[in-house]
Amino acid sequence: MKKILPLLAFSTLVSMPAAADKLVVYTYDSFASEWGPGPKIKKAFEQECACELEFVALDDGVSILNRLRLEGKNSKADVLLGLDNNLMAEAAKTGLLTEHKVDTADIRLPGGWSDNTFVPFDFGYFSFVYNKDTLLNPPKSLKELVEKQDDIKVIYQDPRTSTPGQGLMLWMKWVYADQADQAWKQLAKKTVTVTKGWSEAYNMFLKGEADMVLSYTTSPAYHIIAEQNNQYISADFSEGHYTQVEVAAKVKSSTNEKLADQFMDFIISDQFQSAIPTGNWMYPVTDVPLPKGFKQLTVPSKSFSFTAEQVETNRKTWIREWQSSLIY
Amino acid sequence: MTSKLQSLPGLIIAGFILLFVSGAFSALLLHSPGFDLAVLWSDPYYRHVTAFSFYQSFLSTLLSVGLAIPVAHALSRRSFFGKELLLKLFAATLVLPVLVGVFGLLAIYGNSGLISQLLGFFDYKLPFSIYGLNGILLAHVFFNLPFAARLLLQPLQSLPVENHKLSVHLGISHWNKFKLVEWPCLRQQLPHVCGLVFMLCFTSFATVMALGGGPKSTTIELAIYQAIKFDFDLQSGALLALWQMILCGTLAVIIQRFSRPVPLTSTTTSSEPVPFCDSKSARCWDLLWISAAAALVIPPLLMVIINGLNAQFLAVVTDIFFWSAVKNSLLVAVSAAFIALIGGVLILITSRSWRLIGLQFRADKIELLGAIILVTPGLVISTGIFLLLRNITDLFSLALLIVIAVNALMALPYVIKTLAQPMLHIAQQYDKLCSSLGMSGFSRFYLIEWRAIRVPIVHAFSISFVLSMGDLSAIALFGSQDSTTLPLYLFQLLGSYQMDSAAVVSLFLLMLSVALFALIEKIMVKNNVVK
Repeated sequence: MKKILPLLAFSTLVSMPAAADKLVVYTYDSFASEWGPGPKIKKAFEQECACELEFVALDDGVSILNRLRLEGKNSKADVLLGLDNNLMAEAAKTGLLTEHKVDTADIRLPGGWSDNTFVPFDFGYFSFVYNKDTLLNPPKSLKELVEKQDDIKVIYQDPRTSTPGQGLMLWMKWVYADQADQAWKQLAKKTVTVTKGWSEAYNMFLKGEADMVLSYTTSPAYHIIAEQNNQYISADFSEGHYTQVEVAAKVKSSTNEKLADQFMDFIISDQFQSAIPTGNWMYPVTDVPLPKGFKQLTVPSKSFSFTAEQVETNRKTWIREWQSSLIY
Repeated sequence: MTSKLQSLPGLIIAGFILLFVSGAFSALLLHSPGFDLAVLWSDPYYRHVTAFSFYQSFLSTLLSVGLAIPVAHALSRRSFFGKELLLKLFAATLVLPVLVGVFGLLAIYGNSGLISQLLGFFDYKLPFSIYGLNGILLAHVFFNLPFAARLLLQPLQSLPVENHKLSVHLGISHWNKFKLVEWPCLRQQLPHVCGLVFMLCFTSFATVMALGGGPKSTTIELAIYQAIKFDFDLQSGALLALWQMILCGTLAVIIQRFSRPVPLTSTTTSSEPVPFCDSKSARCWDLLWISAAAALVIPPLLMVIINGLNAQFLAVVTDIFFWSAVKNSLLVAVSAAFIALIGGVLILITSRSWRLIGLQFRADKIELLGAIILVTPGLVISTGIFLLLRNITDLFSLALLIVIAVNALMALPYVIKTLAQPMLHIAQQYDKLCSSLGMSGFSRFYLIEWRAIRVPIVHAFSISFVLSMGDLSAIALFGSQDSTTLPLYLFQLLGSYQMDSAAVVSLFLLMLSVALFALIEKIMVKNNVVK
């Protein structure tokens, strides 16, 4: 123990509370990056609060939760931005989050919203995106992608670190139930690589390393609006698409409660929400007008999701099922 | 009296090491209730991970050492322009920051590497992928073949010239000479070399993390990391860490038993060409192996330099984040090297004083304790420390301190190995003189040791420095935005396919470690010669 004492002394020195007017938000890298909505939102919020907003960028959504769990009560985070509907029960169970004070009456989500801990900030549907000039005969269903068309190469994300990756895992489970392990094995033959986060996967896809990438039905909007490019299409699958609602939550150990509350309110403000469609390329959760390019997108005719409790109960088993199917 | 006084420093250091390691170890035990290894074994995924760890180490060893034999053989009987430099490069691959090597390999064999571009020119596609087992094997051969070749070259060079002359007189064929003269002397070294390479591959972390990592190609070392970082499964992480410790310990004991490194008389390591009946085919054969080895080692290093000077250069070197990584890396490397050096010297002061009064066994044990990290890989120790301190404090702000401690521990065996013999010899020569002059403590160290064996001391320091500079395994668990080191930064860039920025960072890391290493050695050795 002797050895720990000087370390402890040192740690109290380093971990002195930072200046009270800085809000630390853990998020994923594509949100915080210069081409994401982060910079715009940072600027708008800093003007409103006369404080500093710091984004800490992690690999992807699940990494945010993992990081918080590793840091435990000593976390520097005030707010987590980028968990999703599937992770809510597991995140709440850590006891590291606290209830928000946001009035969520204005939120317009397909299934409505009532949760005391999590505030939604955008939503969308997972989907495989392809280039229509190079992939002439895209699969029409998840089953077709998995079982037929052996010449297709796909990239998806690791369910242990990424919320889209986890989304695919749940999507597969929804469609295949008990046969998911067989389906994973079939998909493995078409998989170029499994990346830690969404941005690596999407970058590799754009560089031509795969025919299809796991993303969102709204991703083509980026190419339509920012690049005037109509090549990229989201494949419409007949089984329906898995829904994701991305959420934010306050960290209990935060010493900045007031600022954190202010930020949580800011999330459903028009300023924040209007930065979402052309920043995070997702649907906003309030009534802000959508840009024109979004009208071109296909909205899935059928969508579904497990409850957060179902995911929480089974997540570990399902991840292990995915892992074990890939080792052969 | 003096010997008692001299026992103290080593015992204090040994106490610290024991405290540190047992702290980590007990945290691991506490987190794996019941220490139920059956859990690991009944889980098909962990069974696969264990099997894969052995499988890839076995193949890596087979390829590295197997191919190193003809290379060492060819090098032993040829002298050519640039041989000295080639051998220096061979020595560099072992201390080279792993990710720099990996980057060089990616730049050649990767999906958009040199070979793929050349093939693309002729409308062919790269027939293999560097990710997965292929890449892991390639990288392990890249790092270990030159190392093995150097180790095998020593016994070949120490063969008496008479043996060569006799073979010429008898006119025996190359194959028979190899079988009758060279092989027996190689065979004595082989178990030792194979054991070393196997251990290095078995505990390899950064390579597997950068090139493998999918469920199919994951080693135990990486599974520990993933259990903690990806799954927040501290229990499995701790259990896997203990499992890795048991396996490494067992391996170390087996290797120790079956391979006593034969002490080499380094008298005839002259570069004089050995006499043998040369022939055209023999020349071609040797040329083939030497150029193949050169083609393995040189191009990746060249690519690091060439690719490093790209359009992103300015963007990277004007980034504050980059400089904070440089600062952290230097801080870690310098501190860890100093601590390792001081710790190593203190242990050796004690162990040699014991040796001089005949306590060989005790001296062996304390030196072995200094090398404990070989049985408990850096990642295992830092996992233990991580679990130990997690609930007490904010780990991520202590990151650099822990990394320094773990890296110092990792460098300690190299310090002890480098300095054990020289320190003992000095004591044998000067101990009586010193005590009659009443010289002790620091003044003695400065006047006697520093003057006489400065070269190995500086060498021990620079090895520790370079190792800590390039290490990823200790920082991997603790790294955060505030405490990124260059290897971690490079890993993040590689992971997000920012190849141009990664190239710049690789170049810097190469320069900071290898160039600094060469510089320190040069200055210190030169000074020494002048005196």
